[in-house]
Amino acid sequence: SNLISFSFQQRIEIHKLRQGDNLILGFSIGGGIDQDPTQNPFSEDKTDKGIYVTRVTEGGPAEVAGLQIGDKIMQVNGWDMTMVTHDQARKRLTKRNEEVVRLLVTRQSLQKAVQQSMMS
Amino acid sequence: MSAAMDTESTYSGYSHYSGHSKKAHRQGRDRHKSPRSKDGSRSEKSVTIQTPPAEPLLGNDASRAEEGQDDNWGETTTAITGTSEHSISQEDIARISKDLEDSVGLDCKRYLGLTVAAVLGLLVFLTPIAFILLPQILWRDDLEPCGTVCEGLFISVAFKLLILLIGTWALFFRQPKADLPRVFVFRALLLVLIFLFVFSYWLFYGVRILDSKDTNYQGIVQYAVSLVDALLFIHYLAIVLLELRQLQPMFTVKVVRSTDGEARYYSLGHLSIQRAALVVLENYYRDFTVYNPALLTASKSRAAKHMAGLKVYNVDGPGNNASGQSRAMIAAAARRRDSSHNELYYEEADHERRVKKRRARLVVAVEEAFTHIKRLQAEEQQKAPGEMMDPREAAQAIFPSMARALQKYLRTTRQQQYHSMESILQHLSFCITNNMTPKAFLERYLNPGPTLQYDRDRWFSKQWTLVSEEAVTSGLQDGIVFVLKCLDFSLVVNVKKIPFIKLSEEFIDPKSHKFVLRLQSETSV
Repeated sequence: SNLISFSFQQRIEIHKLRQGDNLILGFSIGGGIDQDPTQNPFSEDKTDKGIYVTRVTEGGPAEVAGLQIGDKIMQVNGWDMTMVTHDQARKRLTKRNEEVVRLLVTRQSLQKAVQQSMMS
Repeated sequence: MSAAMDTESTYSGYSHYSGHSKKAHRQGRDRHKSPRSKDGSRSEKSVTIQTPPAEPLLGNDASRAEEGQDDNWGETTTAITGTSEHSISQEDIARISKDLEDSVGLDCKRYLGLTVAAVLGLLVFLTPIAFILLPQILWRDDLEPCGTVCEGLFISVAFKLLILLIGTWALFFRQPKADLPRVFVFRALLLVLIFLFVFSYWLFYGVRILDSKDTNYQGIVQYAVSLVDALLFIHYLAIVLLELRQLQPMFTVKVVRSTDGEARYYSLGHLSIQRAALVVLENYYRDFTVYNPALLTASKSRAAKHMAGLKVYNVDGPGNNASGQSRAMIAAAARRRDSSHNELYYEEADHERRVKKRRARLVVAVEEAFTHIKRLQAEEQQKAPGEMMDPREAAQAIFPSMARALQKYLRTTRQQQYHSMESILQHLSFCITNNMTPKAFLERYLNPGPTLQYDRDRWFSKQWTLVSEEAVTSGLQDGIVFVLKCLDFSLVVNVKKIPFIKLSEEFIDPKSHKFVLRLQSETSV
C-alpha cells in the first residue's frame, strides 16, 4: 500500500481552566503501569503501558491547545510519564499550584506516500 | 378383475375365521391380529392372490413353511385347532423334560471330583501326623531321646495343622453354586501338585527312614515340620491362583440379550470362559429386566406383513432358481409402498398414552385405598378392639378397591402373567406391615423388574448352554465372543480388553496461584 505510518513528537502547552474550585484541562487519560495494556485502543504496541489521551472535551483547553485523542503523553512539565501508574499520572496533571502544563506528546499519523504527493 | 375380488373376499373370510379360532386358544394375546390382516387385504391393489400372513401355530415353526404353500390352509387350520385342546404346547414339553433332567441329576462328574479332592485332603492332613507317630510305634526303643526341642516342634506342627485346617475350610468348603461343563484347570493342577508333592515326601520317608529305621528322631520331626510348612505355602499358592488373580479387572464384557437388545457392561479379571459365563449369568438375574415373550409379538407380525402377499410365478418354464426367486421377492417387498413405519409410530404413541392413562388411574386408586388403612397406636389398641385387623386382613379389605385398576394396568403392559392375586395380596400385606407408601407398593408393578423378583416358574431361563468357538477352559482374550443360550433367548457376550492407561503427573506449587487485577480506568483531568 502507499501508506506509511510514523510518529512524531509535539510540545503542547495547555492553560488550565478554572471551574469553581477546580482547575480542569479538558481531556481524559487512560493507561499506566498498573493497568491492562491490551485494552488500550490507541496504542500500536499492545504491551505499551504509557499514558494515552482517551477523550478530549470539545472546546476545552486541551482541544484549544491542539491535543488530540490517541496521543501518548511522554512528559508533563519535565516529569516522565512513560513509567507511571494511572494515579501518579493523574496527580502530575492536576497539581493545584500549576496553571500551565507543558506536555510532550507522541502522535501516530498515516501519510500518503511521497510519490503520490510528487505526482500531484 | 371381479374374480380376483371374489377370491380376495373369500380369503379374508377364512383369515377372520382362523384368527377367531386361534384366539380362543391363545388367551387373547393376539387380539389385534385378525382385524389387521383384514385391513391389509382390503388395501392391496394388486391382482395377485394373497395368502394371509402365516402365523405360527402352537409355536411350532416347522408347520409354517407348509402352510404358506397350501391353498386349502383354511381347512387345515380348523382341523389342527380341533386337536389342540388335547395337545400340549412345545413350552410344556420342554419344561417337563427339564424337570426330569433335574430330578435324575447328571452330577456323577461333580461328585467324583469332590470325593477325589476330599480323599486327597484327608491323606494330606494325616501325613505329618503319620510321619511323627510311625517311628514311635515301630522302633520306639531305638530312638534317641529328644526333649525340649521335639516338644517345641510338636507344638508348632499342631498349630500349623490347625491353621491349615481352618484355611482349607474357608477356601474350599463352600456350597458349589454352579455346575460347569469342564473341570477347573487351576483346581485340577493344584490337586495334581499336592498329590505329587505328598507322594514324593512319602517316597523319601519310606526309603530313607522306614527302611533304615533312622534313630534321629529330631530329624524326623523336623522333616514332618517341613512338610507342613510346604503345605501352607501350597495353600498360599491356591489362594493366589484361585482367588486373587481374577480380582483385578482386565476385561470389559458387553452382554446383549438377543430378543430385545437389552445390554449391560461388566468388568472381569483373568477368568476362564466358563467362569466368566458364570459371573455373567449371576449378574443377569439381578440386572436384566425379566424376559417377557408377550412383548415380542408386535415386531414379528410387522416383519411377517412386510413379505406377505408376494408370490413368485415362473412363466418362462421349469427351472427352480431359488436364489433368484428370493431376490425378486425381496426387491418387490422393498419397492412396495407400505406404511408400516407410520403404523408403528402411531401405534407406539397410542400405546404410550394408554399406559400413562392407566398408570394415573392406578396410582390414584392405590393412594385412595391406602388412606383407608391407619396403623393403630399402642393406647388406641385397647380402645377399639372390635375393628383390629392383622396385615393380611387389612390387605384383603382394601384390595378390591384397587384390583381392577391394577389388573388393567398389568394387562396393558403385558405383565399380567407375572403377578397372581395371591402374590399381590402378599405384597400388599408386606407393604402395610412395613409402613410403606402407595408409591413403594406400586414400584413392583409399574416397571418390569429383574428376573430374581419373580416366581421361579415364570423365569423362562433356568438351563443354560455355553456356545463358544474357543475351549471353555481357556482364558478370556480381547475379541472373544461367546453365547449363553437358554430355550427362549440367548445372551451374546462380547469381551473387550480394558485399554492400557498412561497417566502422567504435573506438579503445581500452591504458592504459584497468584492473580492480577486487569483494570482499564479512564480519568478525566
